[in-house]
Amino acid sequence: MATPVLDKADATPEPGFADSPYITVTFRVRRFNPEVSAEATWQDFQLEIDPKERVLDGLHKIKWDLDGTLTFRRSCAHGICGSDAMRINGKNRLACKTLIKDINPEKPITIEPIKGLTVLKDLVVDMEPFFQAYRDVMPFLITKDTNEPTRERLQSAEDRERFDDTTKCILCAACTSSCPVFWNDGQYFGPAAIVNAHRFIFDSRDEAGEQRLEILNDRDGVWRCRTTFNCTDACPRGIEVTKAIAEVKRALITRRF
Amino acid sequence: MKIHKYDTVIVGAGGAGMRAAIEATKRSRTAVLTKLYPTRSHTGAAQGGMAAALANVEEDNWEWHTFDTVKGGDYLVDQDAAEILAKEAIDSVLDLEKMGLPFNRTPDGTIDQRRFGGHSRNHGEAPVRRSCYAADRTGHMILQTLYQNCVKEGVEFFNEFYVLDQLMTEVDGVRKSAGVVAYELATGEIHVFQAKAVIYASGGCGKFFKVTSNAHTLTGDGQAAVYRRGLPLEDMEFFQFHPTGIWRMGILLTEGARGEGGILRNKDGERFMEKYAPVMKDLASRDVVSRSIYTEIREGRGCGPEGDHVYLDLTHLPPEQLDAKLPDITEFARTYLGIEPYTDPIPIQPTAHYAMGGIPTNVQGEVLADNTTVVPGLYAAGEVACVSVHGANRLGTNSLLDINVFGRRAGIAAAEYSQKADFVELPENPESLVVEQIERLRNSTGNERVAELRRELQETMDANVMVFRTEQTIKTAVEKIAELRERYKNVAIQDKGKRFNTDLLEAVELGNLLDLAEVMAVSALARKESRGGHYREDYPNRDDVNFMRHTMAYREVGADGTESIRLDYKPVVQTRYQPMERKY
Repeated sequence: MATPVLDKADATPEPGFADSPYITVTFRVRRFNPEVSAEATWQDFQLEIDPKERVLDGLHKIKWDLDGTLTFRRSCAHGICGSDAMRINGKNRLACKTLIKDINPEKPITIEPIKGLTVLKDLVVDMEPFFQAYRDVMPFLITKDTNEPTRERLQSAEDRERFDDTTKCILCAACTSSCPVFWNDGQYFGPAAIVNAHRFIFDSRDEAGEQRLEILNDRDGVWRCRTTFNCTDACPRGIEVTKAIAEVKRALITRRF
Repeated sequence: MKIHKYDTVIVGAGGAGMRAAIEATKRSRTAVLTKLYPTRSHTGAAQGGMAAALANVEEDNWEWHTFDTVKGGDYLVDQDAAEILAKEAIDSVLDLEKMGLPFNRTPDGTIDQRRFGGHSRNHGEAPVRRSCYAADRTGHMILQTLYQNCVKEGVEFFNEFYVLDQLMTEVDGVRKSAGVVAYELATGEIHVFQAKAVIYASGGCGKFFKVTSNAHTLTGDGQAAVYRRGLPLEDMEFFQFHPTGIWRMGILLTEGARGEGGILRNKDGERFMEKYAPVMKDLASRDVVSRSIYTEIREGRGCGPEGDHVYLDLTHLPPEQLDAKLPDITEFARTYLGIEPYTDPIPIQPTAHYAMGGIPTNVQGEVLADNTTVVPGLYAAGEVACVSVHGANRLGTNSLLDINVFGRRAGIAAAEYSQKADFVELPENPESLVVEQIERLRNSTGNERVAELRRELQETMDANVMVFRTEQTIKTAVEKIAELRERYKNVAIQDKGKRFNTDLLEAVELGNLLDLAEVMAVSALARKESRGGHYREDYPNRDDVNFMRHTMAYREVGADGTESIRLDYKPVVQTRYQPMERKY
């Protein structure tokens, strides 16, 4: 027998999928619809749910079986598209990456829109200021080649690794809308835009680092960051956002990147 | 209602749409209408890579790639198109690198490449390293890079605009594209976009299955819009079931996991793919691997208490390799299954993944009204389209390639057309069909619920037209879909408002899924053979005499208003490769 036998398959149920009874949880959802009322309110929904399901599954149960007017954005449902950032039990998370069992289903689960962006309906916010800040940092490769190379530009594995962390950003706004500076002043670029500037500043192929640093040296730029680490905690992709911001600050001082 | 006028309108902002937009914006006044924000598209969920015979790490060439694509598609591929795909792959990858895409690198600093299913050296001798990748988030990087370049080029986006109708006007006996009608999610307002050229790049329709890797939003809106206007859909019976979806959830675990050395095992720990594909083993093409998995399950060698899945085993790979090459999928296993892939195998099952069929186009992305006639001003690219480069089964890494090669081609062709063409007059009351549809749904007092009908549709599709099909199961699906279509007439929604009415849009999307599911089932019933992703247990062999041809499905409306589907067939373009038995 050349192949190993995975005997534990029969012996014990697999770790994530033992047959578990459904439990009853309360979703306490922040509702707002200016077509109906100018006031936002809390609404409770009782759900029968498998604790290994996602918060997004719970929201779908509400929308599909209880109240079709509940409104939220979602698409891929596994943490890649960045549509469903929301404030769950007071913390910014993706609803599709948060399992019920991981957020204490004993108590009501509170679900609110992310903060600092205008709420348009229920959990839907105006993303335009967020994307504007992103566009303002020139989030694209800039080179000064007069003649494009025939083949690919070369880049060492180490140089590629240098900015790997910040390439993971999915523009979900969980970081920016967790930042107390951003809550108080929507003019601040916010962590996500700085992360995307970092992705190019530290890319060895890019030649516009100085320009981007000047943009971020602005009064609404990196110096507004107060290093509260909310952004790093909020990032569903595990990006070390605060570290990236610190690296941009350091690059501004030393002009080395 | 608002009327807008653009030279070129692109429907969809995923990979194909944005690749087209980068070209079209340089050449013509272009608008991109997208029901999601651009970076939300499901292109971002693609993981493993993009095929191109760069030969950076071992000998390779585009002819071998062409052959693999044709063979992978079980010879239903149009070979002229496959040759373009494989040839232009090389520049497509290099273009993306120049746009800034952070590919993984070799020690020499060139783009690194890895193995993938069905890609071989010298016509099937051994697996070859052809997939250019960025960890296991290549699709994410492509989507971000294309959006970055759209920002750079100043592409004009209309975000959260749902295109619900394709406008056609007859000019001198020729039906031409006149534009599209869109619904603005934020306000409920109807917008008519008059355009010289329209490109559909709105993605797939996998949400008619229950276990699927597809996003909730992949509801075939583009296919349905043109189909309702009497244009054909090609090869809709061919749907790909990716072998490694997370058990029950369907979330994709890249084939790159097997490219990196991952092994599929049954409950006895046996590497069962050795039996089914002695050369390519776990890296046989996806249809072959998915059938093998279900054969193991049916013969009682599945894992778990119900024996309904198998394992993807990565435990023999060094943790550093998993961290560097497969960080996202190992995280999915931890998040959604509570499993540590360093030490435990991951339970998987095949998951509905990709529509090989779609809106028929030629190699310029021009949409076909029948087997040969082009619809002036209408284009399609990406999963919504059928060129056909994927035939009966798409090879892994050929879809990220497809969107770049044919997105670019469609963008250039459409913009060049709109530079020289005139606007076609809009039909009278261009918005009428959409307004009627929206008002009917908003005002309906029927007793059917969208979620319930969708659930029943997904269950019948999973049970009857998935990896294994028979005349009996397909007929069951056809009957069930007919019943659901009837009940859909009584569907009612709860949200009657104008603002962000996603309740309404889900009802519209269900209508699209029902139309396309019917086309799929009817096309599958008529194809009495097994080929690629379409496997008929009652006709287990490929039948090149009777079925070496593309299905073309047309919606017909009788004088009394009854709808039916008419099937026609289109010859396959064969150039250098004669059909052979397919072995891996």
